[in-house]
Amino acid sequence: MGYVAIKGGEKAIDGAADALEALRASGPVSGSEPLSLNAIEHQLRLLTSRIMSEGGLYHPQLAALAIKQMQGDTLEAGFALRAYRSTKPRLLETPPQDTGNMRLIRRISSAFKDIPGGQMLGPTHDYALRLMRFELAEESPEPFRKMASTFLKNAPEEALPDSFPKVLDALRSERLLPPKAEQRNPAFDITRDPLIFPVSRSAALATMARAETGSMLAIAYSNMRGYGDIHPTVAELRVGYLPVMLPHPVTGELTEAGEVLMTECEVIAMYEPEDTESAKDAAPEFTLGYGACFGHNETKAISMAILDRALQKGMRDGPENPSEDPEFVLMHIDGVDSMGFANHYKMPHYVTFQSDMDRLRSTREKYQARGETPQEETHES
Amino acid sequence: MNPNYRLPNSQDSYGFGFLDEFAKREIRRVILKAISIPGYQTPYASREMPMGRGFGTGGLQLTLSMIGPDDTLKVIDQGSDDSVNAVNLRKFAELTCPEVSTTESTTEASLIQTRHRVPEIPLRENQVLNFQVPYPDPLVIVEPSEAKRKIMHGEGDYARLLTKLYEDLVKFDEITISHRYPTRINGHYVIDPSPIPRYDVPRLNQSKALLLFGAGREKKIYAVPPYTNADPLVFDDVPFRTENFYDADGQRRACARCGCTDSFLDELNLEDGSKAWQCSDTDYCNRQLASTEAGEVTQ
Repeated sequence: MGYVAIKGGEKAIDGAADALEALRASGPVSGSEPLSLNAIEHQLRLLTSRIMSEGGLYHPQLAALAIKQMQGDTLEAGFALRAYRSTKPRLLETPPQDTGNMRLIRRISSAFKDIPGGQMLGPTHDYALRLMRFELAEESPEPFRKMASTFLKNAPEEALPDSFPKVLDALRSERLLPPKAEQRNPAFDITRDPLIFPVSRSAALATMARAETGSMLAIAYSNMRGYGDIHPTVAELRVGYLPVMLPHPVTGELTEAGEVLMTECEVIAMYEPEDTESAKDAAPEFTLGYGACFGHNETKAISMAILDRALQKGMRDGPENPSEDPEFVLMHIDGVDSMGFANHYKMPHYVTFQSDMDRLRSTREKYQARGETPQEETHES
Repeated sequence: MNPNYRLPNSQDSYGFGFLDEFAKREIRRVILKAISIPGYQTPYASREMPMGRGFGTGGLQLTLSMIGPDDTLKVIDQGSDDSVNAVNLRKFAELTCPEVSTTESTTEASLIQTRHRVPEIPLRENQVLNFQVPYPDPLVIVEPSEAKRKIMHGEGDYARLLTKLYEDLVKFDEITISHRYPTRINGHYVIDPSPIPRYDVPRLNQSKALLLFGAGREKKIYAVPPYTNADPLVFDDVPFRTENFYDADGQRRACARCGCTDSFLDELNLEDGSKAWQCSDTDYCNRQLASTEAGEVTQ
């Protein structure tokens, strides 16, 4: 009777790593230039954005490295960034940052034709025709390098303002929206505390801010299509650089320590009679959903804003749809968790399967002893 | 970003045990709490590790937060030290915990990280067994909501789990739970003992070694402290049954490699279409083989 070798795992792992590296470098010789991090960070800027946001770490170069190393797999790249982050202590907590100070590259409102500061379309694919631009297939470096400088040279002379007022402020001043809360609870840090349901809105927002874009889009879309009823209007969607203000180590005064590219979305939902928390005679007001994430990722910010609004409803009235159920939404949108678990099924499960076979065989023996044959055997006869 | 910023050149910046010290301290505190409340799923802020969720990140966080330079670590997966995932985790521990020695011997190890098995050789009081846990909650098969399950655990309400076992008996005349068998700890909390076979469940009872369970993705740690009762959930008139390794003639199958008849066996499908059985615990198998060979030499 034969048996199998019990050695070989280590050699197999090393071989797999070599094969993976070989594929990264393979291809026609003329095209085999290693990707530069600079090219990834800038030419694949939306991918870099997505990885920083899902990885929960604002570090464009490390995100670019993760993309290169993982050969373009977004889930793996976000995961690598997240694991790197695990080695870093939390040094301090920032005070709440004012996104009104963002240096914008784009801001739009679908609620009003004109908004204070004006609509600014900025860099977007929204109204671009999705026709293949074959000229990009063979791009020569010279015009490519000049593109950005030509664009800036042709930019209008008059300086744009540093920041723009928020659309919501106008609605607040008209009392169509509830005023900002006077008191803030301390932010829930999902990297330091586990989610124990019921969770605060802060914990929900933090979980969504680093969630996997596609997962969140799928659940938000279910709400948009009819498994939910929030009917959002985008009050404002803004993309830009947020100055990060930290207390000065000596004076304690808030000082700009750097900037992060981020996307923020505020959606307004229709008022509902029970939406006002105060007495029933209070005047109805619109309600808000909020989404924000690192980088330029509008799909994610919009999905998050819609889910925030849906979850607030679920937290208050009890969920009527999957997208209103905090546990259902928050436990299933993390890319690192879901992708890891889906892939773990590839690992050896010899022992548990042996156990499964034992149960099935034992159950079948009992069937046969009773003279009942399991169905598939009846089909064969 | 600062244009003068440069990425570090090498990976020499990782600290001992990979995790930052705050994370390790938190996990140690949670372990103490878990030991104090046997079987209670203690929540913790599980960190992302550089291997997939589901690949043992929970067990690894336990190991890395408690390991010191004097420890001897053994890592097994499916009972084997050389299974791909065991190799990977052991290599990672060697990379991030210099000075720690690793071993394949159950008796030499002070710390054992395992997936899906309890070693065949009984453990001692000065050993710790860290289980990798995919599903920490045995109630998940009857209740999907974690918030509701938490209440059920608090009230010791396992009625729906018992009903499931009863329904199995009605439908199949057998309890169909093959592994991850619900086990009551110290007379109160019922745990998911991780996907160990039923064969290993009795080993949890009155164990001399501390048994720790880490679920990284689900962010829970629980413990079966030494000398604590661990009883599989059964009915008085339906005994708990472990995996059956008897052939049609009622003969206990032997390991094709070492010949022993007292270990959990892997079933192998050979090239010629026949079947063979072999110890799942490779250290145990090697030990049996070595003592048989030594015996043959003396003869």
